[in-house]
Amino acid sequence: MPKMINKIAALGIAAAALAVFAGPASAQATLDTVKKRGKVLCGVSPSSAGYSYADDKGVRQGFDTDVCRAVSSAVFGAPDKVEFVPLNTNIRFQALQSGEIDVLSRQTTMTFSRDNSLGLDFAPIVFYDGQGLMVSTKLGVKSASELSQAAICLLPGTTTLQNLEDYFKPRNIKYEAVVFEDNNEWRNAFFSGRCDVITTDRSDLASVRAVANDPKQFVILPETISKEPLAPVVRQNDSNWRDIVSWSVNTLIAAEEYGITQANVDEQLKSKDPEIQRMLGVNGDLGKMLNLDNKWAYNIIKQNGNYGEIFERSLGEKTALGLSRGPNQLWNKGGLLYSPPFR
Amino acid sequence: MVSATEMETLNLVRADLPPPRGREWTARLKPFLGTPINAVITLACLWLIYRLVTGAWGWLVTRAVLEGGPQACKVGAGACWPFLAAKLRFMIFGFYPYDEHWRPAFAVVLFLGAMIVSMIPRFWSRRLLWLWLAVPVICGVLMYGGVFGLPVVSTTNWGGLPLSFMLSSVGLAFGFPLGVVLALARSSKLPAIQVIAIIFIEVVRGVPLVSILFMASVMLPLFMPDGLTVDKLLRAQVAIIIFAGAYIAETVRGGLQAVSKGQHEAAAALGLGYWLSMRKIILPQALKIVIPPLVNIFIGFFQDTTLVTIIGLLDFLDTVRASLRDPNWQGIAVIEGYVFAALVYALFSYGMGSYSRFLERRLKTDHDRSPAH
Repeated sequence: MPKMINKIAALGIAAAALAVFAGPASAQATLDTVKKRGKVLCGVSPSSAGYSYADDKGVRQGFDTDVCRAVSSAVFGAPDKVEFVPLNTNIRFQALQSGEIDVLSRQTTMTFSRDNSLGLDFAPIVFYDGQGLMVSTKLGVKSASELSQAAICLLPGTTTLQNLEDYFKPRNIKYEAVVFEDNNEWRNAFFSGRCDVITTDRSDLASVRAVANDPKQFVILPETISKEPLAPVVRQNDSNWRDIVSWSVNTLIAAEEYGITQANVDEQLKSKDPEIQRMLGVNGDLGKMLNLDNKWAYNIIKQNGNYGEIFERSLGEKTALGLSRGPNQLWNKGGLLYSPPFR
Repeated sequence: MVSATEMETLNLVRADLPPPRGREWTARLKPFLGTPINAVITLACLWLIYRLVTGAWGWLVTRAVLEGGPQACKVGAGACWPFLAAKLRFMIFGFYPYDEHWRPAFAVVLFLGAMIVSMIPRFWSRRLLWLWLAVPVICGVLMYGGVFGLPVVSTTNWGGLPLSFMLSSVGLAFGFPLGVVLALARSSKLPAIQVIAIIFIEVVRGVPLVSILFMASVMLPLFMPDGLTVDKLLRAQVAIIIFAGAYIAETVRGGLQAVSKGQHEAAAALGLGYWLSMRKIILPQALKIVIPPLVNIFIGFFQDTTLVTIIGLLDFLDTVRASLRDPNWQGIAVIEGYVFAALVYALFSYGMGSYSRFLERRLKTDHDRSPAH
C-alpha cells in the first residue's frame, strides 16, 4: 500500500513538473519576455466573423488578428511571430492578468471600470462600435421610439440587455427580451419572425443582414443605444509594452492618413515629408525610444498594410460582412480615427 | 403438465414449435396489421419513413449543390457539398498548421490502430500495457513537435477530432484506474479512506463538468505563483480525468456490490489477502457486470469533451461550429455542418456500443441462468 502511494505521488510530481513552464510574466518586462519567447501571445475570439475566424486552411484571419500581427511586425519584423490564444469573454481579462497572453485583441469594449479596476490598460481605440437595433421593413418602424411591446432577440452578453434597459426604461417603452445562447438560433429566430427586433453591436447587425435571403427586407434603425469603443488591452504597469501596442495601432491609422500603403511604403522611404521620414525610420530614433528597431513602423505597414487596408480586407464593403467605414473613418474624412503626431 | 389434447381445446400453441406452414406470412404480419388501429399506425409509419427517405435523398443528392461557392449554396435548395469540401480539413484538424496536418492525421491513425489491436482478444496480453504507454507519448511528441526537426505546434492550436479523441481517451484511461481506486476506497472498512473517497466523489459529481473546467481554467492560474502558467489543455485534461474518475467510481461500486458475499468469503477461505482477492476474484466479476454502464459513460464523455469550448479550446464539434462562422459561409451551410458532425459522432458511438456487446458475449463465463430442462 505505501509503495503504491509512493508511486502515485511520484507520478503526480512528475506530471506537475512537466506541466509547469517557467514563463516569467509580471516579474519581468513584457517586451523582454516576448523577445526571449520569440513570439507574441495574443488573445483573440475563438471564432467571430470578420474579427477572428478560420480561413479554409485553418489560419486565423480578421481585423483583431491583424492588430496582433502588427505588434508582431513591430517587435520581430515579421507578422507571423504571433501565437493566437482563443479566449471566451468570461476568461479574457483573467488570461491577461495571469500572464497567459501579452495582448488582448478581442472586440473588447473600453469602459471606465475595466480600465480602473482590473489592473489593465487600454491601447487606442481600433473600432468604434455601438449597439443597434434591426427590424423588418414590414414592421414600418423608422425609429426606436416607435417600438412598443416588441419582442427583441439578443445574445447573452455582459452589457447587451443592460443597454436595452438603460435605453428603453427612461423612455417608458415596454419590450420583451428573448435571449438565445447560439448565434444561429438567434439569427433564425429573427428571420422566422419570432422577434420583431434583433439587437447587437451595429457591426454584427450588418453581418446578420448579409446572411438574409433578401437583405433589403431589413433595416438598421438610426439609434445607437450604447457606445462600444473596441480597443486592445495590455497589463498595467508596463508602460514600454503599452507604448509598443499603442503606437503600433497609431502607426496603422497615421499611415492611412499620410497615404502610406503596403504597396507604396518603399517609395515613401524617399518621401521629403519629415514626419514620414521619422515614422519610417529614415530619420531620427523613434524606434529606439520604444526599445525596438527603427524600421518597426515600416515593417508594420509593409507586412500588414495601413488601417484602411486592414479594415477593407476583413470587414469592408467587398467582404461578406459589407461594413461601411462609418465612424471608423479618418478624422479629416468625417470619422473619429486620429493618431497623435510622430515627432 | 398440460396434455396435447388439452392444449388444443385451450387453443394454445406450443411456443417452441415453428408456426404451422403456409401461415408464416400472415403470422408475421399479424402484429403490424392485426387490428385496425395497428394497421393505421403501420401505414402512418410507412408513410413517414417514405417521406423522410425521399426528403433526405432529395436534399443530399438530387437537389444538392455540388460545385460553386457560397453564392451557389445560398441560391440552391439542397445540401451544400462545396462547404464540406472547403472546410473538411479545418473541421477535422482545427487550427493546427495546414502543412503539418499529416502529424495529427498520423497520430489519429496510430491511436485508432492501437485501439483496434487492443480490442482483439488474440492480442490481450501484458504487452498491451506497453503499447498504451508508448502510443500517447508518441502521439504527444508528434503533435507537439520540437524534436526530429518537427516545428513546435503549441497546444493552443490543437483542435478538431484529434483533440476530441485525446481528451476523451486520456480522460478515461486515467479516469478508469482513478475510479476503481475510489470505488474500492468508498467500500473500504477504514473510515478515513472511506470519508475522503465519499467527499471527493460527491463534490466532483455534485458540480457540472463546465464549472470544473471553468475553475481549472480561471481560478487555478490565480493561485499559481507569479509567472507560472500551466498549459491550458493540460488543465482541461486533468479536470476531465477527475470528473470521469468520480463517475466511474460510482458505477464500479455498483458492480462491487453486485458480487455476492459468498465470493468474498470464498476468497477469504482460500487465504487471499485484500488486494489479491480484489484483483483475482472480486474486481474481474464486478467490472464485467458494469460493462454496459461503463460504455454508457465512455460514449457520454466522448461527446462531453465539446464542453472545453467554454475555455476556448475547439474540439471536433467546436471546429465545425467555427467553420460556420467564416464570414463567407455564415448562415449558409448550418445544417450541413451539424449533420456532418452528427454522423461522425454517431459512427464512433455506434462502434463503441457494438464492441461492448461483443465484449459482454465474449466475457460471458458465468453459469447459464436459463432453467434446466
